[in-house]
Amino acid sequence: MLSTLSKTSRLSQARSFCLTSQAAAAKDAKSKAPVESDSFVMNLFRGKAVSEQVFPYPLKLDEERKEMLRMFSVPLVKMLQEINDPTKNDETSEIPREVLEKFAELGTFGVLVPPELEGSGFNNCQMARTAEIMGAHDIGFGIVMGAHQSIGYKGILLEGTEAQKKKYIPDLAAGRKFAAFALTEPTVGSDASAVKTRAELSADGKHYILNGGKIWISNGGFADVFTVFAKTPVKQADGSTKDKMSAFIVERAFGGITSGPQEKKMGIKGSNTTEVHFDNVKVPVENILAKEGDGFKVAMNILNNGRFSIPAVCTGTMKHCIQKTVEHITTRVQFGKKLEEFGNVQEKLIDMTSRLYATESVTYLLASNMDRGIKEYQLEAAIGKIIASENAFHVCDEAIQLHGGMGYMRQTGLERVLRDVRILRIFEGANDVLRLFISLTGAQYAGKHLTAQASGIGGIIGLAVQRVTGAKTGSNFEAVVDSSLQESAQSLDKQIGLFGQTVQGLLMKHKKGIIDRQYELIRVANAAISIHSSIAVLSRASYAIKNKSASADFERKIASFYVDGAMRNANKNLVEASNEAENAKLVATIDSLSRQICGNGGLPLQHPIDL
Amino acid sequence: MVTPVSTVTACYFWDFFFGTLDCKKLLISEIFLTLDAAIHMINQRNLKITEPSIMRILVGVKRVVDYAVKIRVKPDRSGVVTEGVQHSMNPFDEIALEEAVKLKEKKLATEVVAFSLGGPKSAEVLRTALAKGADKAIHVQVSDAEAGKVESFHVAKALKKVVELEKFDAVFLGKQAIDDDSSQTAPILAGLLDWPQALYASKVEDAGNGHVKVTREIDGGLDTIKVKTPFVLSADLRLNEPRYATLPNIMKAKKKPLKNIPIKDLAVDLTPQTETIEVTEPPVRQAGGFVEDVATLVSKLKEKGFVKA
Repeated sequence: MLSTLSKTSRLSQARSFCLTSQAAAAKDAKSKAPVESDSFVMNLFRGKAVSEQVFPYPLKLDEERKEMLRMFSVPLVKMLQEINDPTKNDETSEIPREVLEKFAELGTFGVLVPPELEGSGFNNCQMARTAEIMGAHDIGFGIVMGAHQSIGYKGILLEGTEAQKKKYIPDLAAGRKFAAFALTEPTVGSDASAVKTRAELSADGKHYILNGGKIWISNGGFADVFTVFAKTPVKQADGSTKDKMSAFIVERAFGGITSGPQEKKMGIKGSNTTEVHFDNVKVPVENILAKEGDGFKVAMNILNNGRFSIPAVCTGTMKHCIQKTVEHITTRVQFGKKLEEFGNVQEKLIDMTSRLYATESVTYLLASNMDRGIKEYQLEAAIGKIIASENAFHVCDEAIQLHGGMGYMRQTGLERVLRDVRILRIFEGANDVLRLFISLTGAQYAGKHLTAQASGIGGIIGLAVQRVTGAKTGSNFEAVVDSSLQESAQSLDKQIGLFGQTVQGLLMKHKKGIIDRQYELIRVANAAISIHSSIAVLSRASYAIKNKSASADFERKIASFYVDGAMRNANKNLVEASNEAENAKLVATIDSLSRQICGNGGLPLQHPIDL
Repeated sequence: MVTPVSTVTACYFWDFFFGTLDCKKLLISEIFLTLDAAIHMINQRNLKITEPSIMRILVGVKRVVDYAVKIRVKPDRSGVVTEGVQHSMNPFDEIALEEAVKLKEKKLATEVVAFSLGGPKSAEVLRTALAKGADKAIHVQVSDAEAGKVESFHVAKALKKVVELEKFDAVFLGKQAIDDDSSQTAPILAGLLDWPQALYASKVEDAGNGHVKVTREIDGGLDTIKVKTPFVLSADLRLNEPRYATLPNIMKAKKKPLKNIPIKDLAVDLTPQTETIEVTEPPVRQAGGFVEDVATLVSKLKEKGFVKA
């Protein structure tokens, strides 16, 4: 994910953006060869609607999995209502060990683990539903669960050897031991590959000696097993040694590990967050995950694999907020009318509902695709995380607003949810950075194809013609989208075409400089998010109509409503991104004003009173 | 009570409590020991026998609309909406099942078998029962249409057939189902089987020698009775706190046997004895009125006919 912003890949990107002569192209042919992808979002950057992965809606749980989910949901919900106390967790900044043990007994901490290793063998869709339930009741607890199984020991599940899995997974799945993911350091947040923690091979070659410190580690205070990322000196092919990041399974029992006091946070207080320090910790060589130097890949793989649980949690949270809102507006009377009768209240309610619908549709599209074996979903996962965290915050905020003063009061329960939800936009890939990642990854993919096209016979001319006449997206929406939603589908098709044109224009104008055009990149990402969520919505609504869902009619209307707004948003963002002349001026203004403020060390405003 | 015990068993008892003996000699002399005599001897030696008073328990469970669901009446007023509505095990049945499993854990029962008469989806409730500690399950399957018309009488008849087929020592049921509140299955079954009944049980204790002490909640307070096995029990709210079906147990339950018996194999006649004419919502509560003083209150009460004028 963050590779696109690190030095090494910036260079490789710069190379690919060179639309030079055919000869030069042939020389670098290997690095410029366009990769074929079936991902909808990737191909969106080429202005193509490749919808194999989106239509029909891939959600398909067999009866046995559905039944297990139903049977598990009953005790899970009951325990979340009766045994877990989110208000108390928030006040005491702790989830009591007895509560964790009861949920461990229930099997909550090993849902994705195969039964042979004491898990329940859930697939990602079942996990998403579980995360939804957690999100509706206690996000803080959801984070404890996620830090433990979605990222804490996921590395061992994904990259571990059979021996490592057998040794560590059963205890972790049964909740007898807890795990944590240790990547972040004081100087390393978004820029993940710049870790300073070091792991150097001991003289006898039997241990790595681990030294360094991590911050803001969820479950850091009580985890028994850590997935730690540290720099190891790796011998290169040419004989030199280069520092590369590697991943290790580190047990607290190895000695030398200390965790600091709990951080005082805005929300998710029930989740334990601490510093973790490693002082000459002896990690056996067999505890390395994958190979030396694979650390970055491992980290990104883990985060990517677990990312879908955030939109799942958000879906549950939004449903809870909307339910509370409905209960309020159908009872509260002001000015002689129930709140539900006022136009503005209705508008807000529908805005909240359509956001929820989009997030839920994106969540299960992502989880189902992961379940059917699709390996390339990093852009879809990033979009899911961004849209979910921002929608959840917005929906909770509006729910508080519609509750009036009561929304601000602790006893209503919504202010805690808002404080809990705020972190979701920051951690697990900060939304701003993820937007840049989406744009640059997509642009890189499109750029390679453009280069290939341009270097082919009649290439540049062909491209120019394309830009004038408007390339076709190649969509098959008439066939796959339900007839009642064709208008929305056509509007979506138009924006997909415009998106491709916009990206192409930016690449042709800025070439490798596109990396620094954050103004345009953010807008392109916003448009991508609107477009991807719209196609998820249309796919899910068509699926609901086809399967005669009880809410098919409602879904048809809300889908159409959502796509309408999303397409206006996409269009606005694409037009803004394309406006070359305007943007040059705007960006220059922003840059100069920003320099003035920062150069001044503060606002350079003279108070009007002093004049 | 005289219980003739075979010579071999007599040997065993003798052997076990009094040391090795030459069994051949006993066989030849054909000694019969009464159980009472043996117990007497053992008690004299201050040794206790734990003879389980309950052997095999059949627990009836029913799939009902979940208690937390807001019930809505169907537009045609023929019943309540059950399509797409959350269902679960009847709460009183959960309590009955929990008691049976607890008795098994205390070694007062050897096997707990869950039973349900219902449509295809009842299988899920039975698997939940297996996940909560039942050893086996029996599904007497009817169609969804038939399920809607099944009455307590039919369920009791089916239970009786199963009891006769598989020889149980007790049948535990919930005191009532939360959908029809009929509360009849347990007493009807006891009548059909001619077994003692312990209804509205709030505590179950072993009383030894094939007897069970049951405390029951009744209007006047608590009533404690002693019943002889085999018997029928209906569980009341405060009998116990049912356990949760954990994921590991749900997984284990997949391997436990679930037997399917079509209703026709039991030869139970499902002809309904009642006909539902109409189902309506309770009347909307009318607003009350305020009165100024007691005199006005009394006159209003007289006016409305609540007080003799």
